[in-house]
Amino acid sequence: MSHQCDRCGKPATVHEVTVHAGEKVERNLCQECAREEGLVAGPHAPINELITKFVMSHGAAAKKQSAQSPRAKPCPVCGITLAQFKQSGLLGCPSCYTSFADALAPLIERMQQGATHHSGKTPRRAGATVDRHERIALLRRQLHDAIQAEQYERAASLRDQIIQTGEPVAPSSDTPDPQNACGGDDGREAP
Amino acid sequence: MTHEADQPIEWLRCDAPASDVVITSRVRLARNFAGFPFTGRADTSERAQILRIAQSQILDADLAPKVMWVDITELSDTERRVLVERHLISSNHAEGDQPRAVAVSSPDERLAIMVNEEDHLRIQVIRAGLDLTDAFEQANTADDKIESRADFAFSPRFGYLTACPTNVGTGLRVSAMLHLPALRLTGDLEKVKRAAKGMNLAVRGFFGEGSEAAGDLYQISNQTTLGRSEREILQQFEQVVVPRIMEFERSARLTLAQKRPYFFEDQIFRALAILRSARLMKIEEAMTLLGVVRLGIVSSLINDVPLATLHNLILNVQTAHLQRTHKRNMSQRERRIERAALIRNALKEPNHG
Ligand SMILES: [Zn+2]
Ligand SMILES: [Zn+2]
Repeated sequence: MSHQCDRCGKPATVHEVTVHAGEKVERNLCQECAREEGLVAGPHAPINELITKFVMSHGAAAKKQSAQSPRAKPCPVCGITLAQFKQSGLLGCPSCYTSFADALAPLIERMQQGATHHSGKTPRRAGATVDRHERIALLRRQLHDAIQAEQYERAASLRDQIIQTGEPVAPSSDTPDPQNACGGDDGREAP
Repeated sequence: MTHEADQPIEWLRCDAPASDVVITSRVRLARNFAGFPFTGRADTSERAQILRIAQSQILDADLAPKVMWVDITELSDTERRVLVERHLISSNHAEGDQPRAVAVSSPDERLAIMVNEEDHLRIQVIRAGLDLTDAFEQANTADDKIESRADFAFSPRFGYLTACPTNVGTGLRVSAMLHLPALRLTGDLEKVKRAAKGMNLAVRGFFGEGSEAAGDLYQISNQTTLGRSEREILQQFEQVVVPRIMEFERSARLTLAQKRPYFFEDQIFRALAILRSARLMKIEEAMTLLGVVRLGIVSSLINDVPLATLHNLILNVQTAHLQRTHKRNMSQRERRIERAALIRNALKEPNHG
């Protein structure tokens, strides 16, 4: 499976699959050429190591129409674009997580070994301001998933977290639909 | 700067659990204040504002009996390098003139909080040997105390929001600095490195990202921060991952001692002899030989050199520490001369107190 760089012939380390108008185009590039084409992050090593293979639904074609493309819309809070994030590997502000949610979610899932949701500490002050129902609904949904997946250790830890909130482990009829739990993630973010 | 080389710095302790292989355990929490851009996107005045908020919150939070606030922009290059060599700040954090600081618990240096690194706060706690649970407790308590006066950027879905999505969720990075000289000598190091990567760990040299392994010291750390709780991440790392690598190294040491005793002892006493005799010493060579001598000490082959002496040397042969000791900038040649002299003096026979 050793490919050569399409541009310079050196061993390729970056394999890009572009889906454009239903057609799959595969390209192989060495690290330098990939960097020149803006496909991998420059100075920031972790992301650079992680994004060696990815699928983009926009590609070379989208670059040309970048000005009008909705993908090029900057984060309304800090003003960075998705392209800038891909260059540096760094987001501009907490709100970027909502501004670029569509593009970030699959990327985060890949970086984080398939994980999509936080399971761990919640800041106490945030706990008071973030919609409490949302948080508990999310925990319950995670508990449900953990039991389905027979991850009993995780299930026990989630159950404990729910008990700590003082709420019943099973939802009562007046709690919001757990489906809404992932809807708004902006509880804590910059105004 | 009030650092003194002979203070009881945490990572130079020698009585710690599993210290035959594990030099230090480290825990880091990434946090950002809500309502500000991340550091890289913040302009100078925003960074100054973040710095002021962090300073008052950290110094008022009663995080340790004594906490030292160091404004990095006021330091000389050598002083900045000293902080890097002591693993209190990253090399990135040492560069540039934008507002930035580090808060350090003194004199133990167990707690170090970088302000305006890639994230607004990087709360780091270190312990000698394998003791991640204790390190995490201290970091977690510091986080609680700071958080009680601040709003951190947080979302229920993604957890603590960080500048780089590789840190999002818990913001928790756990790492261990491991001494793996026997695996190098038996030629099994690459195999173990591959195994570590297979367990989804990052493997780095003594000075972090991209650095070469000096003195056969390697840092391993978790790569994922989202989807598992802090306790789960810790437990997996401390009870599964590190012990597995530790066992590889211990069995390599045993194999060497039993099957190739002359080679093993020759490597160790040859290293000690060079350190006791050399007149010019490069940093790379010093680190390699000191690492091999450390192996001789923990294997009870070398009995006249205290482990503490050796750990002190690992720190004090570093370039910035050497220049600080001599209170001047030195040429490379001068450093090699002074480094060799420092080592000869510390390892002199018969052993000093
Ligand atoms: Zn190329
Ligand atoms: Zn933003």
